[in-house]
Amino acid sequence: MTNAGEGQQRILAAGAYAEGEIEARQQGESGDELPGTPEPHQPPKQEKQRGLWGDAWLELRRKPLFIIGSVIILLLVAISIFPGFFAPGDPNAQNLTLARQGPSADAPFGYDSIGRDIYTRVIHGARASIVVGVLATLLTVAIGSLVGLFAGYFGGKTDSFLARFAEIFLGLPFVLGAIVILSVFNAGIQGAPGTIRIMLQVILTIGVLAWPISMRIMRSAAIAAKQQDYVNAAKALGASHTRIIFKHVLPNCLAPVMVYATIALGQFVGLEATLSYLGLGLQYPVVSWGMMISDSQQYIISTPHMLLFPAGFLVITVLAFVMLGDAVRDALDPKQR
Amino acid sequence: MGRYILRRLLQLIPVFIGTTFIIYSLVWAIPGNPFAGMCGPRGCPPAFIEQMTQEYNLDKPLPVQYVLYLGQLFSGNFGQTFNGIEVSTLIQNAYPVTLKLATIALVFEAVIGIAAGILTALRGKGFVDNLVLAATLFLIAVPVFVSGFVIQVVFGVQLEWIQPSVGSDPTIGQLIAPGLVLGSLSMAYIARLTRTAMFENKRADYIRTATAKGLKPRRVVSVHMLRNSLIPVITFIGTDFGALMGGAIVTEGVFNIHGIGGLVFDAIKTQEGVTVTGVVTLLVVVYLLMNLLVDILYAALDPRIRYD
Amino acid sequence: MRKRRMVAPVAASLSAVLLAAGCGGGGGSAVTEATGTLEDPITVQWGEPQSELVPTNSNDTFGSQVLNPMFTGLVEYDPKSFEPKNAMAKSIELSDDKKTYTVKLKQGWKFHNGEEVTADNFVRAWNYGAYAGNAQQNADMFNAIQGYDAVHPADPDGEEGPKKPPEPSAEKMSGLKVVDDHTFKITLKKPFSVFPTKIGYQAFVPLPDAFFENKEKFRKNPIGNGPYKFESRTPQQSLTLTRYKDYQGDDAGSVDAVKMVVYNKAQTAYQDLKSDNLDVINTIPTSALADNRWKDELGERAISKPRMGITVLNLPMYKEKFKNPDLRKALSLAIDREKIVKQVFNGEATAATGWIAPDFPGGPDKGSCGEWCNYDKAKAKEHLKKAGGFDGQLTLSYNADGAHKQWITAVAGSIRDTLGIKVGLNAVPTFGTYQDQMDNNEMTGPFRYGWVADYPTPRTFLKPLYTTSGSANNTGYSSEKFDNLIAEADQAATVDKANQLYNQAASQLGKDVPSIPLFTNAVKGATSNRLAEGTLNSRTVPAITTFKVAQAGE
Repeated sequence: MTNAGEGQQRILAAGAYAEGEIEARQQGESGDELPGTPEPHQPPKQEKQRGLWGDAWLELRRKPLFIIGSVIILLLVAISIFPGFFAPGDPNAQNLTLARQGPSADAPFGYDSIGRDIYTRVIHGARASIVVGVLATLLTVAIGSLVGLFAGYFGGKTDSFLARFAEIFLGLPFVLGAIVILSVFNAGIQGAPGTIRIMLQVILTIGVLAWPISMRIMRSAAIAAKQQDYVNAAKALGASHTRIIFKHVLPNCLAPVMVYATIALGQFVGLEATLSYLGLGLQYPVVSWGMMISDSQQYIISTPHMLLFPAGFLVITVLAFVMLGDAVRDALDPKQR
Repeated sequence: MGRYILRRLLQLIPVFIGTTFIIYSLVWAIPGNPFAGMCGPRGCPPAFIEQMTQEYNLDKPLPVQYVLYLGQLFSGNFGQTFNGIEVSTLIQNAYPVTLKLATIALVFEAVIGIAAGILTALRGKGFVDNLVLAATLFLIAVPVFVSGFVIQVVFGVQLEWIQPSVGSDPTIGQLIAPGLVLGSLSMAYIARLTRTAMFENKRADYIRTATAKGLKPRRVVSVHMLRNSLIPVITFIGTDFGALMGGAIVTEGVFNIHGIGGLVFDAIKTQEGVTVTGVVTLLVVVYLLMNLLVDILYAALDPRIRYD
Repeated sequence: MRKRRMVAPVAASLSAVLLAAGCGGGGGSAVTEATGTLEDPITVQWGEPQSELVPTNSNDTFGSQVLNPMFTGLVEYDPKSFEPKNAMAKSIELSDDKKTYTVKLKQGWKFHNGEEVTADNFVRAWNYGAYAGNAQQNADMFNAIQGYDAVHPADPDGEEGPKKPPEPSAEKMSGLKVVDDHTFKITLKKPFSVFPTKIGYQAFVPLPDAFFENKEKFRKNPIGNGPYKFESRTPQQSLTLTRYKDYQGDDAGSVDAVKMVVYNKAQTAYQDLKSDNLDVINTIPTSALADNRWKDELGERAISKPRMGITVLNLPMYKEKFKNPDLRKALSLAIDREKIVKQVFNGEATAATGWIAPDFPGGPDKGSCGEWCNYDKAKAKEHLKKAGGFDGQLTLSYNADGAHKQWITAVAGSIRDTLGIKVGLNAVPTFGTYQDQMDNNEMTGPFRYGWVADYPTPRTFLKPLYTTSGSANNTGYSSEKFDNLIAEADQAATVDKANQLYNQAASQLGKDVPSIPLFTNAVKGATSNRLAEGTLNSRTVPAITTFKVAQAGE
């Protein structure tokens, strides 16, 4: 159980980091799909070539997993930006006489409990769900990783303080936190606030309340990573804390947090629905998948298609991100080539 | 190590005070008068609202209220709910049930999650890996109200293997199905987390060394690989325990379990600060102890980690 | 190899525990000798009451579910028909000046602790309920009695004003006089024809001396004079009542022990009822209502009857926009009530035609809403045009902690599609906050409002809600004509005449449309196979005294 060899490799390659990164940026956007971009993981021994990101990009272009994932995500982005192009109808037009009718030629996904076209609603609901899901995930992971990294790396008093602080947040019931934060935001607004404003508030609320989990995960990884030889070696070479944290520790801690992020994405789409159900999140006339899923609760038996289609779209979205995440991580890990 | 644990236990005190204060002020910050909704659509007589406000010290400034509450707490009195029930009674009734439920859920998610993770990591990409991925996605996308309902109807009403709902003093057996439902989402996450961590370590030098040394594959996996892969998994399991205790609102509702998730949820909605603060503070203590345990486990799993 | 070994034990243990769980639970209990006794009580769906179990200080349905069978007042409402009839009162006679009632009590009645029920128990309980210092929720129920203002003075500048109400100048209402052990006199401020009907309400029951001696003890172990007595309670979980063997009234129960069990989800209670794990439910989950699945599954055990309540969309007439009657009428005309009742409630509701519940004893609504409650797209648009259109978004408010989202979305959609205006919803997280916003006139658009009759006369739907000084007037509606009609009806010579005048007052609302009547939900529930009989009252509260256990072996 010795790690000496691995550590040495990393020190030798330390100089190659910056170069590889710049090149990657020029080559393509692949890195931007990742939560927490810079990941100069396990750089090659000899510096010349294309660098890590360049290699990764070449590798990725050949991976079907990556291609399928990105095509789905691009399609979802297109749907979110131009829902009217994919479904020209009005997502809130209701025809009570058609209530709960199943899929047919007129309505491929059928109608919901008050006679609204589910296909149109799923398409128009993509925007709110994807924006809230993705941004809340990014925010949560960003806050959590940063705090966790510092806590794990510095240890001692810093860790005690940050970890205990996070524990208080963990103990805070989500509903209580959400009610207070959102009602404080909404105070003074007569009636219902605007859609964009609510979306931002919901993202912020989820970010503020959900970060401790990614913090704990990042912290544990950082605690393990900082004891590695390559970190000690970097210290001996006189690297600054910032450099060590971001260049040496972070890249080795990203994997578990990324896995959390893909799962959290699906969860946060649902969380948005919980908030709107409690009267805190998005409200009619805005449409979102989460709200559609939560509305279907009472109709699972009689009208299963009310659940099936929005949940199906959610699965596809999460799947696309999981595929993309897996592909990018594999491509970045030279050991797996 | 002993001093480290002692120090961590001492840190409980400021955190306890901090938490009670934060929770107390948060409940206080919920807009609206907590007593206004108590009399139904007719509305309450002003005299009623005024007296209740005085009784719960809500007419005093927040710090004064908090100090009064803390003083009461230190004399062992958790206070009374708006309908005259001792909060300590509620805690006594709800905690054991919730503890049992969360433990069962935790065992499920840990055992099944880690097993699925190891399996996929060892088999590599292929059918099993895709199957677990599909199952994971399924668990993420299907809301708890659906999975809970389906299990209740299939096993409870149609097959009659379990009771559709759980009585007031449930046995471990009655809590198996709800525990499975409750742990399902985290199970998906643990499976993927274990898989990733195992993949990372699979090609590490020490594994190669261990294999080269001629160790049995079984020993390489269970001692070297698993041990090093478990740190992030253990972390998550530790943080999840508290979440399972306090956040089981839907599962509790579906199976009619009178646990603390629903208790806190209702108390928040009716702005019963005393109940929320009492119950949640105990929950935070659970979080702290779990995380302490997890931190100690790090050192046990990875000898390079030292606390001093 | 290794991999398989890892999985197999997991799968095996999983199925083992599932089977083990199955052995412990399973099926419902059948009817035996013990059914209905403390050993195997009849179980009823319940929820944690919001307030302590003192009749003058509780008015939520869960509180009533327990207090109703525990206490018997002078007058009780029939659980089936909601008609009032004398219970503890032998007679209630009205004096010639129409202001004083002489109440004679039946003799030989005892509280559960053996105390005899005397006139003093009534007078003390009512005085306790009314006195401001005791801060009872139902205090204003006593406001018709002479001397109420002395024990409960009104706040001079309204609830929100800075001034505190003056201290009460008396502890007892001057209108209550004990004549002898079984006789007392009630003097009212002014004639009030339906008073003998009103006193069937829960707040007017007697309280034992034990209550006044030790209130703390009473709260833990309430003592009443009704057909059932308190046995035990586990907060947030259950409460058990047992039959009071010495009960003198004719509405004695037949089941020995009834256990109220707290359920947080209607769906779960429903599943339990189907498996005979629960004997009475008073809610049917929407999932079972769809396609009338519950009636297929439960057959004759399904209960559906008219509810003595109504749901309306109140309009904030304190906002400039909503002062225009044409806008209010346009909104009312734009709601397709019939279709909403049919599709959202599966026909288990009645579209409103006025402000009083349909089938209401003593004066069902005679279409007081008139043409305004009939969906008419052309007329709605015409009135909107007359009102000068509607700028911006019309926002409907509701409280998110009740089951309202589904139907209010349908209402919003109906208005939106009919009038072609922007409509949005505003969900207020809790009823407490919602009530606060109503009390403080903070609503910006139409808001949902539900009302259940307290007592069986149309007055209960009109006086508190729409008179200028009504205790629950949330719309800001004020009409001199309407106020006068109500006052006239209150002082009518006979109950029939009064009810007629109340209906006339309702028609006045039809001219002004201060709120939009929507529908009345049916009272829905069901009983298990273990009960031969059992029903809910018109306020959806299970009527325990009507329960009868099925024959063993059925």
